[in-house]
Amino acid sequence: MLDDFMVRAALAGLGVALAAAPLGCFVVWRRMAYFGDATAHAAILGVALSLMLSISVFAGALSVALLTAVTVTALSGRGQAVDTLLGVVAHSALAVGLVAVSLVGGRVELSAYLFGDILAVGRGDLAVIWGGAVLVLGLLAWKWSDLLTATMGADLARASGIDPGRIHMGMALALAVVVAVAIKVVGALLIGALLIVPAAAARPLVRTPEAMAAVALVIAVLSVAGGLWGAYHVDAPAGPAIVCAAALVFVLVNLGKLLARK
Amino acid sequence: MSLIEARGLAVRLGAQTVLSGVDFDISPREIVTVVGPNGSGKSTLLRALIGAVPISAGRVTRAQGLRLGYVPQKLQIDPTLPMTARRFLNLPVRATPRKTAAALERTGAAGLEARQLADLSGGQLQRVVLARALLADPQILLLDEPTQGLDQLGSAAFYRLIEDIRTDLGCAILMVSHELHVVMSASDRVICLNGHVCCHGTPEVVASAPEYRALFGSGTQGALALYRHEHSHRHDHDHDHNHSHEEAH
Repeated sequence: MLDDFMVRAALAGLGVALAAAPLGCFVVWRRMAYFGDATAHAAILGVALSLMLSISVFAGALSVALLTAVTVTALSGRGQAVDTLLGVVAHSALAVGLVAVSLVGGRVELSAYLFGDILAVGRGDLAVIWGGAVLVLGLLAWKWSDLLTATMGADLARASGIDPGRIHMGMALALAVVVAVAIKVVGALLIGALLIVPAAAARPLVRTPEAMAAVALVIAVLSVAGGLWGAYHVDAPAGPAIVCAAALVFVLVNLGKLLARK
Repeated sequence: MSLIEARGLAVRLGAQTVLSGVDFDISPREIVTVVGPNGSGKSTLLRALIGAVPISAGRVTRAQGLRLGYVPQKLQIDPTLPMTARRFLNLPVRATPRKTAAALERTGAAGLEARQLADLSGGQLQRVVLARALLADPQILLLDEPTQGLDQLGSAAFYRLIEDIRTDLGCAILMVSHELHVVMSASDRVICLNGHVCCHGTPEVVASAPEYRALFGSGTQGALALYRHEHSHRHDHDHDHNHSHEEAH
């Protein structure tokens, strides 16, 4: 069954959706959207480095993503606004990555890492994606209450004996893991979309944080299925097609909400 | 035995020294109010006592295993985060529906469980946040300007609620406020803060202290007197609060 590239693509997409949707809710609630983008852009530098050193792309992307997440988290609140800091780090890393890739010999198909190439996912990639997804999902489930409390307010968390700084660092690291496992599926430029769009689409439909995570998960899975199906039938790139499907759900939900109010 | 004690506490935020040389302690069942002008470090003191800001000098000692309930100045509710009152009351520790209902009842917010926090009025939200703090079965309640955004009647009612809670649950209460007249009549002890402790003592002592007059002028005296007659019990006793509050209302 795993011999079929479409089956592998579907499983890969499902794995990424599983981690990205609930994590994406926290990204939305904690206003970390730009943080996700920045980490993803920086991961391109990791891709370039791993191609230069002939090591696993996943390892390279993960290392640089983690390094970015830790650096930005540690530097934030020291004189520079976080979004400025993220902008500097992300764009520099992306630019350095692109230059580095061209220095390697220019033979590298970088667009695969910018926009993803889900149809080229192999068995090894599947193991990495599902490993990362289970790790992130497990972390979220384990610390769910603490994460929510810290999201409601840092001092509120502190008074309940929760360290909001550690929570923030945990979120940053989880984001780095998702970026690293998703880069092959949707690519660096679209990871942000896979985090944000399902969560945003779920928001008008729910009344509790748990429901939002669950609905976002369903929307993400539907988007992966719909996007792959669409890409197969009209011969479009799969990564962008998945994001298009999620965006379509977002539009439909909001239109429906608008009509229901009248 | 103090619940929380600070000695020589100093806090710097960036290059600015917000607090310096602050000695503080609060005993079980005591109501202590911190007053001071804007930017005097009132909220910072509260945050330092719960460990939310790093202190640059001195020390803060909390009683072993101290259970504290915290009511922030204003709970920022991000519109992207759906949150019912019921779910919020269960953060981070789950409580039984009966307990949450009782806590809401206690704070005068009964029946709000299913409402979205974002849809609550300022007064309702404060009561829900207070109910959540009570669910921790606190030995001390810390309230940071709890009546901000409430009108005069609303805040008077809220402070009465605080006094009742102290009477019923026997927890200590530490409040930060700028509403001098209302707050001070309900307090056992008042600390007047302006980067350092200007003066402290019973409400009467603080209200007549020259340092206090210098900060706030003497205009608040009249308002304080207005509220004084509602609270005819003595303030200068030791911390044995077995008197009835009923007579006062």
